[in-house]
Amino acid sequence: MNIKLMSIILGMAVATYITRIGSQVLFARTGMPGWLEKWLKHVPTAFLTALIVPALLLPKGYLDISLGNSYLLAGVVAAFTAYKTRSVLTTIVLGMGVMIILNRLMPF
Amino acid sequence: MEKDLPLTLTDYDREMWKEVLKDCLPLSAGIIPFGLTCGILGSNAGFSTFEITFMSMTVFAGAAQFMAIAMISSGITGWAAIVLTTFLINLRHLLMGASLSPYLLKLPRPLQYILAFGIVDESYALTINRIEKKGYNLNYHLGVCSFLYVIWNLSTFLGAFFYRVIPNPLEWGIDFALPATFMVLLIPRLADRTSLIVCLVSASCAIWGALFLPGKWYIILAAVSAAFVGGMLERGKRDEH
Repeated sequence: MNIKLMSIILGMAVATYITRIGSQVLFARTGMPGWLEKWLKHVPTAFLTALIVPALLLPKGYLDISLGNSYLLAGVVAAFTAYKTRSVLTTIVLGMGVMIILNRLMPF
Repeated sequence: MEKDLPLTLTDYDREMWKEVLKDCLPLSAGIIPFGLTCGILGSNAGFSTFEITFMSMTVFAGAAQFMAIAMISSGITGWAAIVLTTFLINLRHLLMGASLSPYLLKLPRPLQYILAFGIVDESYALTINRIEKKGYNLNYHLGVCSFLYVIWNLSTFLGAFFYRVIPNPLEWGIDFALPATFMVLLIPRLADRTSLIVCLVSASCAIWGALFLPGKWYIILAAVSAAFVGGMLERGKRDEH
């Protein structure tokens, strides 16, 4: 076992846990201020958007708005399916279907 | 909010587990390829199977783990550099923790500490979605966190163990299951003008941030600025009445 590597891993674990427990520790005594709670209401929408959009538009780290970007094309199909069906399973199956067809069967 | 008492083994809730599985299984299709890749890349960078699995078990944060592996394989092995970068990449957890705080702060301390450890993008998305649909439920939250934890560690281990024989799973685009699932969670939220604007602001900030900011900062930038805009719009609306 590599001691240096293990100490890096443990350091990472502690640093990550601090980011996870930070808010609870901060607000444990005072409770959450009202203005912040109102503001945080929009975090889920903003957060989900921030997870989705770059994954589709910059799948390789650069902006790729072209027919060669299979994530974008599958994303459009998935967005439409999600809107129509509200079903995770249908959305994934159709989106992945498009994805696999584009990645494996198309020449580009 | 539902009146759920803290989990005891006797009120083991079958329905709740069904709900947890129904929500987690599709997401797992997106998480497993990342876990496998983490194991494969870790092994390539010189981690033993134990070391890389231990990292997944204690850190439990995909992006930071990939970053650390990349740094180590490119020869950056300074403790402080890697730990500090990990901290910065994971700062977005503060935001998720704050967003869940109204529910977490009502729980006993030990449970708060355990659930905090389970905060990842995916468990947060599912839990907050359930809160808004049916109310907060402790068993659901615990179930989602532990399920995703097991999936992440198991797939890291398998990736590391079989890294010589399995092809890179991300080349297939299986990771698309993650944005697809998030989309089903996001789209029903966009029912009013404020939410649509929040979504547009977040999307533009995320694209700009992904292009010009390092690591996962685009998520923090997008979430903070879009939530701020949402809060301001709402305040304006209230003043009119």
